[in-house]
Amino acid sequence: MALPKYTETRYRIWHYFYLFICTCVFFFLIAPLFVIFPLSFNAEEFLVFSDGMKRLDPDAFSLRWYKDMIYGTKNPWGLATKNSFIIATFATIGSVILGTVAALGLSSRHMPYKGIIMATLISPMIVPLIISGVAIFFFMAKAGLAATHTGIILAHIVLGTPFVVITVTATLSGFDHSVTRAASSLGSDPVNTFMKITLPLILPGVISGGLFAFVTSFDEVVVVLFLAGLENTTIPIQMWTGLREQLSPTILAVATCLIVLSTLILVTAELLRRRSERIRGISR
Amino acid sequence: MSSETKQILTTDGIPLEVSLKKAEKKNKIKAFLLVAPLLLFLIITYIFPIGEMLFRSVDDRMVTNMLPKTFKAMEKWDGKELPSEEVFEAFYLDYKFLVEEKTFGKLATQLNYEKNGFKSILKKLQRKMKKFEQGNYKEQIMNVHKRWANVEYWRAIKRRAPDITYSKYLKAMDMYENEDGKISQVSEDRRVHRILWLRTLEIAFFVTILCFLMAYPIAHLLATLPMKYSNLLMICVLLPFWTSLLVRTASWMILLQQQGIVNDFFVWIGLVGEENRPEMMYNKTGTYVAMTQILLPFMVLPLYSVMKTISPSLMRAGKSLGGTPFVAFWKVYFPLTIPGIGAGCLLVFILAIGYYITPALVGGASGTLISNQIAFHMKSTLDWSFASAMGLMLLTGVLVIYWIYNKLVGVDNIKLG
Repeated sequence: MALPKYTETRYRIWHYFYLFICTCVFFFLIAPLFVIFPLSFNAEEFLVFSDGMKRLDPDAFSLRWYKDMIYGTKNPWGLATKNSFIIATFATIGSVILGTVAALGLSSRHMPYKGIIMATLISPMIVPLIISGVAIFFFMAKAGLAATHTGIILAHIVLGTPFVVITVTATLSGFDHSVTRAASSLGSDPVNTFMKITLPLILPGVISGGLFAFVTSFDEVVVVLFLAGLENTTIPIQMWTGLREQLSPTILAVATCLIVLSTLILVTAELLRRRSERIRGISR
Repeated sequence: MSSETKQILTTDGIPLEVSLKKAEKKNKIKAFLLVAPLLLFLIITYIFPIGEMLFRSVDDRMVTNMLPKTFKAMEKWDGKELPSEEVFEAFYLDYKFLVEEKTFGKLATQLNYEKNGFKSILKKLQRKMKKFEQGNYKEQIMNVHKRWANVEYWRAIKRRAPDITYSKYLKAMDMYENEDGKISQVSEDRRVHRILWLRTLEIAFFVTILCFLMAYPIAHLLATLPMKYSNLLMICVLLPFWTSLLVRTASWMILLQQQGIVNDFFVWIGLVGEENRPEMMYNKTGTYVAMTQILLPFMVLPLYSVMKTISPSLMRAGKSLGGTPFVAFWKVYFPLTIPGIGAGCLLVFILAIGYYITPALVGGASGTLISNQIAFHMKSTLDWSFASAMGLMLLTGVLVIYWIYNKLVGVDNIKLG
């Protein structure tokens, strides 16, 4: 982005102004996340930087909120973590299976009413969560699945499938269908063709869709607020309660762990995206 | 050529056209069967329940079923003067049954929605009713409380006779059907819902504008920088995108609190005094700031994916043809980014209009949106039909925007990450 030597001064000034604006926006985007890190190591109970922390006094930092997170009894973070992982795992498996199969059908050029069906399948992503929450709650209450893990998992499958459908159809759009025809002409049955040929090729798309579904479920709070009983509490529910009642440093410790988790997911997703682009031959 | 062109036959002797159609149909069914499980699952767990919301929002059989005799007796009543003894007796019998079944509380709640003041007089009636004597119920009921002798209350009961009502929709617009069946507005001090609708639109609109103004320059920078730098900067966009919504909201709660870092900074640069630190949370400011930051990635990503496809040589061509950089930008670059702008703005607007969590946490009383009202009625007042009605009104708005989005961009063009 170096400017050519002949650039006039006013454009030079304008260019630096533009870079300044961009810096500010990037700062605005990323800085709030980094406030949480140091404060979660605060030795005191207040959510402000103490004088000791400003002087980088080691006594001002401690791991007490992390200990509280693991051993504390006030908020059942252990149960919430267990529930969150169970629900997110099963919801992801469900979303990936249903979504991938549907995407295979949607990508076929023989698919009738493609537009309207696609719009229906994507709708849970577009409809405001509060409305999805109300609707799903009515269904689960009727089906007797409110306040059960099954109910929440089913709800999260509804919310997660659109992501899988989108990523897998995107991967399939660059898919060379002659390879599957080659497989069947060599005598392979459709299931075998899918497992041996199609699936390995679209795997990056499937996994990144699965990651989206996992994160959606793991982070989902609106629908769970309607559905969860005390036994089904999840990490987002505990955070929500904590943030509403009293903002304690323990929440920041949990938040730090969540940021680390999301960084891991981001790295995985990014690596997958690149791999998928390389396979599809759009590498840059 | 003769008009009777010879039909082409396949090896089995079937006309090729028929055979092809058959194969095509088979393929169609095959494709549809793949989609069917998910479609069926969504229809059962999602589309039907949304339809049920529609039903619930207009369904008014509850009161109808609770007062069957009363409504039958009321059929002949013209509603001008107090109803006859027959109606009073029917009401007495219906209510007595409800008291025995212990479901009279529900009636009180329902009638109170219609007209304030029903709760207390129904309770009083329930207490006094035990000593009622046979016959002349009109007199006896009217003696319980003077409101029972007020024709307005009887009209209110009659208004609940039909199985279907659209009163919840009127209520969501701060209107009601008055005694003469005309639609009128509620008194000025009670118009809460219209303010909420307008505020929701206003916040969604300005958040979209703010997101656009912030996202455009950085999307441009990301699209024009060499790959190794832009990948690094892309993390700044993607990390918040992947981070839990509650974590991001929590960080804003820390930053914006009165002793928080933003306020510290304002004091430090001398913008405000130490004593009068402004309230930046639990009001509209909090909602604006937090929502803009949270929705910003949704604007950057569509813009970036469009800008990435614009060749830099176009700008150079514009400049070499005599345009200043500004003219070249405005006449060449900007028009090419319009699809991305449309996609990003509609996406952010749709998401913002249904936002719930962030306004509930940082919005306070003046920064909450219509979603918060829906949740309030679902969880606190348990007026589910009202919540459904408001939800469907919101949904209609979103679907209209979704439809436009689909026309302009196409849902299959949504890209993630």
